[in-house]
Amino acid sequence: MTQTVRVKTLMPPGHVRTPAYLRGKIGVIERSLGAFPNPEDLAYGHSAAAKPLHRVRFTMAEVWGDAAENPDDTLDAEIYEHWLDPCDAP
Amino acid sequence: MPHDHHDHLSPSGHPYRADDDTSLSYWQTMEIAVRELLVENGVTTAAEIAVQIETMDARNPSNGAKVVARAWADPAFHAALMDNAGDATRDMGFDIGPLKLIAVENTADVHNMIVCTLCSCYPRNLLGLPPDWYKSRAYRSRTVREPRSVLAEFGVNLADTTQVRVHDSTADMRYIVIPARPQGTENMSQTELAALVTRDSMIGTGVAKTP
Repeated sequence: MTQTVRVKTLMPPGHVRTPAYLRGKIGVIERSLGAFPNPEDLAYGHSAAAKPLHRVRFTMAEVWGDAAENPDDTLDAEIYEHWLDPCDAP
Repeated sequence: MPHDHHDHLSPSGHPYRADDDTSLSYWQTMEIAVRELLVENGVTTAAEIAVQIETMDARNPSNGAKVVARAWADPAFHAALMDNAGDATRDMGFDIGPLKLIAVENTADVHNMIVCTLCSCYPRNLLGLPPDWYKSRAYRSRTVREPRSVLAEFGVNLADTTQVRVHDSTADMRYIVIPARPQGTENMSQTELAALVTRDSMIGTGVAKTP
């Protein structure tokens, strides 16, 4: 997986654990965490395939633009790989 | 009649809290139904459920404080904790179950804080139940957008040169902040050090107490 990634802008129905405020945002993989049962299936009692999970670090400038309190502060979130697209660094 | 105008106040002068005479919500009814079925079918017992609740209630931030104090005092443990906090705390004897734990460390240049915007993920197996405000929409929504303002309301004022790192606990990991070790604690025992570690300092909304 490349280091710089963009969160997909999908808005599917159902249980997802990708926060809406991060969709479309570009970040850098801080560390990879291994594979975990996909919560999008697990939430409904379906058998859930293990999906790779990454910690992605975003700058507050990337997430909030000019509204950021301090552009260099960061926000880390755990995002499943199937929500991430490889991306050139911004 | 001395009580004519005071029937709504307790003897201590506070208003009486209304009884919770409201009907059960859908999910409260569902919880009771599932619990009763599990007991009736011999899957579990009321006593086992009570013991589990007691076990969860017995967990409290002093467990995390012992972890932090040891990380401050024991370099080998510190390295193990930063590498794999789940294994390190398990090896220390804490029953943290399948918890996947990540330790993040505050320094002179970095201040970490933890939030779960989607629900209320919290390292319960190590710190006990989260404070009510941790689950509030205000904390969850504001911490990712204006962490410095939230910290200031907790009495934590950071220099502009300190980087804030917010960790949104969105999936399978749980987080503990290792607060910066206060000055003047060089000769303290781990027991004494643990007494300086507050719950909020391990969420990142506070700092460790100074002796």
